[in-house]
Amino acid sequence: MIHVVKRSSMPMAHQIAIRVGVIVLALIVCAIVTTLTCGLNPLDVYGTMITGAVGSTRKVWILLQEAAMLLCVSLALTPAFRMKFWNLGGEGQILVGALASAACMILFGESMPNAALILVMFVASLAAGAIWAMIPAIFKAKWNTNETLFTLMMNYVATQLVAFFVIVWEKPKGSGQIGIINQSTNAGWLPRVLDNKYLLNVVLVLLVCVLLQVYLSHTKQGYEISVVGESQNTARYVGIKVDRVIIRTLLISGAICGFAGFLLVAGTNHTLTTTIAGGRGFTAVMVAWLAGFNPYIMIGSALLLEFLSCGASEISTIYGLNQSFGDILTGIILFFIIGTDFFINYRIVFSKKEVQDV
Amino acid sequence: MSEKQLAVRLKGISKSFGPVKANQNVSFDIYRGEVLALLGENGSGKTTLMNMLSGIYFPDSGEIEIDGKHVSIGSPRDAFDYGIGMIHQHFKLINVFTAAENIVLGLKEDAGFDLNRVKARVAEICDEYGFVVDPDKKVYDMSVSEKQTVEIVKALYRGADILILDEPTAVLTPQETEKLFAVLRNMRDDGKAVVIITHKLQEVSDISDRVVVLRKGEYVGEMITAQSTADQMTEMMVGHAVKLNIERPPIEEDYRMERIRVEHLTVRGTDGLVKVDDVSFSAYTGEILGIAGISGSGQRELLESIAGLTKVEGGSVTYFIDENETKELIGMDSVDIRNMGVMLSFVPEDRLGMGLVSSMDLTDNMMLRSFRNTNTPFTDRSEPRHLAEVVVEALGVDTPSINTPVGRLSGGNVQKVLVGREIAAAPTVLMSAYAVRGLDVNSSYVIYDLLNMQKQNGVCVMYVGEDLDVLLELCDRILVLCAGKVSGIVDGRTTSKNEVGLLMTKVGGGDAA
Repeated sequence: MIHVVKRSSMPMAHQIAIRVGVIVLALIVCAIVTTLTCGLNPLDVYGTMITGAVGSTRKVWILLQEAAMLLCVSLALTPAFRMKFWNLGGEGQILVGALASAACMILFGESMPNAALILVMFVASLAAGAIWAMIPAIFKAKWNTNETLFTLMMNYVATQLVAFFVIVWEKPKGSGQIGIINQSTNAGWLPRVLDNKYLLNVVLVLLVCVLLQVYLSHTKQGYEISVVGESQNTARYVGIKVDRVIIRTLLISGAICGFAGFLLVAGTNHTLTTTIAGGRGFTAVMVAWLAGFNPYIMIGSALLLEFLSCGASEISTIYGLNQSFGDILTGIILFFIIGTDFFINYRIVFSKKEVQDV
Repeated sequence: MSEKQLAVRLKGISKSFGPVKANQNVSFDIYRGEVLALLGENGSGKTTLMNMLSGIYFPDSGEIEIDGKHVSIGSPRDAFDYGIGMIHQHFKLINVFTAAENIVLGLKEDAGFDLNRVKARVAEICDEYGFVVDPDKKVYDMSVSEKQTVEIVKALYRGADILILDEPTAVLTPQETEKLFAVLRNMRDDGKAVVIITHKLQEVSDISDRVVVLRKGEYVGEMITAQSTADQMTEMMVGHAVKLNIERPPIEEDYRMERIRVEHLTVRGTDGLVKVDDVSFSAYTGEILGIAGISGSGQRELLESIAGLTKVEGGSVTYFIDENETKELIGMDSVDIRNMGVMLSFVPEDRLGMGLVSSMDLTDNMMLRSFRNTNTPFTDRSEPRHLAEVVVEALGVDTPSINTPVGRLSGGNVQKVLVGREIAAAPTVLMSAYAVRGLDVNSSYVIYDLLNMQKQNGVCVMYVGEDLDVLLELCDRILVLCAGKVSGIVDGRTTSKNEVGLLMTKVGGGDAA
């Protein structure tokens, strides 16, 4: 008989050693797979991955930008996840945030000073994301509906909403896309800092990261989130209004997603498409879990995932491999990393079959 | 008795869970054509024993004979094969299936799956014994009593002729109980063996032919129902008082005043059943008021409604600040109550699921009550950390550090943390539910001492307990609940175990039984 037994605890150093060891192990397995399936030298492949991700200053900045956006969405999901509210609606919340930003740029681009416009865009995006998350939150709080399904379905609504407005604002007519908004005036575009397109985005997301960590760990509201997440009964027992905490927390979660939409439209893309969220609402779920819902560790997990994805697309290009090959390597590495948690929290005991019946 | 055919013989059955001996050397017989009541207090091992018959547990030692043959029941399926069917307290039905679907679930029908044939057979069983079941009704549309009926039909459909019911009336109204008993009598007359697990004397005398009494996991004796009185049964069930040497400091009469007055309090549970039924009593400063009763008689709902955690249907709870000034607690939640300056502490039954957060460390758990006390939006952990250290030191909590999640601590230490926190708030009222359940002897005495200390400080202490010996030695007065009603308030110094035991089983104080 094989039993799975929960470990009491493990020293930190021990845990780190295991995690590093596992990554090495994952790389070895990846190397074997690479050699066996493609006959390539795995070291070359790894080298290509690294150059693909951080091979030039431009690539480093793109990696940082992508990681920052992913981090931003992961941070957005974190307060909800800590409360065990499975917000899978990041995608939709980003989209409505982006929609709000784009709408402000298009409607007020000519009539407002730039600073005021950016402020209005900022507020509108946050509000849109917050409302999008609040709807399922109210239903959860009042009628205990399933938040996973509800938030997922809100994604489709958001996509259709954006698709509709893309047609409304399409330019030129009939093209089915909006194109770069305010290309000549740059109205509503976030300013470049130190002549770098991405720096401001990265700094803003890091700021959110610090604020969120403080919010979750050092404020009363953050503490209430933890209590509600662990036990609603305990929360009621100490007089925490569970409904209110659920709705409040989802407002924050949705607002940060809306903020991500704002950064995408105002900071980098300057346009609106139905795919602007780029699946980050879902990838972020993994980033947040990998980091154990700790905002600081999430910086690492977001970087890791973006690194893997940039590296993977590079090897596909260089070696003329199918895009899936990069995904296979990414999958193997993630599989090992996630599997580690199991062995850190549990151990496997082999024992003789228990006496049951004769 | 002679015409009755032996169905099951239990010989020297023992079962332990770790250090806890659930059953020890239990032997008795079950006959066909008879309703046997298995009587005992909570935790006396009735359910465990019957679970061994129905294949859920396997005995550590002892033998089971069915129809004179030695058998080994290793799984519920084996139990079915021997014709044993058990109706558990918590029904095992699938909500989205109909009655008929649930009844055949898991059966291997020979000639394919024919729901119409199933329904016909179900109708036959119902006619035979007088059930009413709509085979097409989905389980989620059913009342508790209908679900129970489906469970019984399910057992009969599988050919059970030895039927075990675990506290079947706990969830039923008196009318439903009457119907159930009628059906059980029909089954008995049909020659089936019926075992009903219960702790209600009323039911024992209503339905059973014979009673077997268990106490603390052991067989104490049996009697023919018709020839025994409630007194005899109670005495057998509760046993003679055991001396525990728990201290009971005398009440300081000078400082004694009414602190809490509960009047006509009525509370419904989430299932819509009345849990607390027109309860009135007073609790005084400087005394420990024990609350006794079979578990589920409304103790939890009573305390929770005083603490502002449950919606109340009617009645009032008045808090006396002094002789002249009072506050009404009904309609307030726990925060409102504290904000009014009423220091009411509550040690709930479910320590890790309600009193504490198991994944949080000692400091954060200490903060549960006090985290609102700062004037900023931020939490201040210095006070709670200090409190955690004080509690660990003063109560001897065995923990690696105050940063350990409380879920990792043993039951006794968890309780010390919880009680320590509740006492630290300097309460004027301290309510505790099953404060020593699952605790070792030493930890239990630490808790008794703490409660006594609070009493001597003039706190109004309410202690819901299940061990009568403890209640009798610790409490100044004992309020006895039965089925949500007060069946009596007795003086802890003069009452006897028998008296409390009888009150526990008699609704409204005795007239009914």
